[in-house]
Amino acid sequence: MVPIYYYLILSAILFSIGVGAFLIKRNIISVFMSIELMLNAVNLTFVAFAHRWHEVSGQIFVFFVMVVAAAEAAVGLAIIIAIFRTRATLDVDRIDLMKL
Amino acid sequence: MHLVLFFIFGGLCVAGALNLLFQRHPINSALSLIVVMSSLAVLYLLLGAEFLAAAQVIVYSGAIMVLFTFVIMLLNAGREDRTHGSKAAYLVGIPGAAALFAMLVYIFLSYRTQLGGASIGNYLVTTTDLSKVLFRDLLLPFEVTSVLILVAVLGAVVLARKEH
Repeated sequence: MVPIYYYLILSAILFSIGVGAFLIKRNIISVFMSIELMLNAVNLTFVAFAHRWHEVSGQIFVFFVMVVAAAEAAVGLAIIIAIFRTRATLDVDRIDLMKL
Repeated sequence: MHLVLFFIFGGLCVAGALNLLFQRHPINSALSLIVVMSSLAVLYLLLGAEFLAAAQVIVYSGAIMVLFTFVIMLLNAGREDRTHGSKAAYLVGIPGAAALFAMLVYIFLSYRTQLGGASIGNYLVTTTDLSKVLFRDLLLPFEVTSVLILVAVLGAVVLARKEH
């Protein structure tokens, strides 16, 4: 038997690493990947709580998070491609203007 | 057994996430993120979420990460260089993330007696249980997500299209 708070602490570790990577990373694709890491950490929390209270709705939430994450990844990567096409850089420090 | 599996795959998760943080080349970060997502799928199985474990492998470590590696290779992204902004990010980012972690762990530990434990086979959500809720009680939100996906695909095509 594994206590549920082990899972919660694991997801806290993953979420904090995601927050740190989001702030530290300078490449826009890496920043985007750390957002995905944070989403995964929250999903683990949902599944752990679904197990604890024997609720299916926690898992339904994870399902919807996955769907939205897939949509978000498609749009976000298209935006990254558009940014790279106009500025020829992926460095977030040099992407500081809304309009060229 | 459960504890051993938890520590193996939880350790893989943390190692992959730390590798994502410390690698400076995006393709290395992407590959370590695949490790994190695949080990999370095993943790979902341990928690009795069999459909979500399959969906995690197919959607996350399959579709989304293929998209990521594809874009990294398409844009020929190289090593990120240390700029002036990264210094400020280090000064704010590491203490901020550590403070967040400390707060979350404090909250979880203070409620640990109410949280109980998990064991394999204790609670299993089959695909049937999940689809009964999804297609009966939550049919409208499910259909709305299909519209969302359609809009996202159209938006991605419009954004990534070459302008003439």
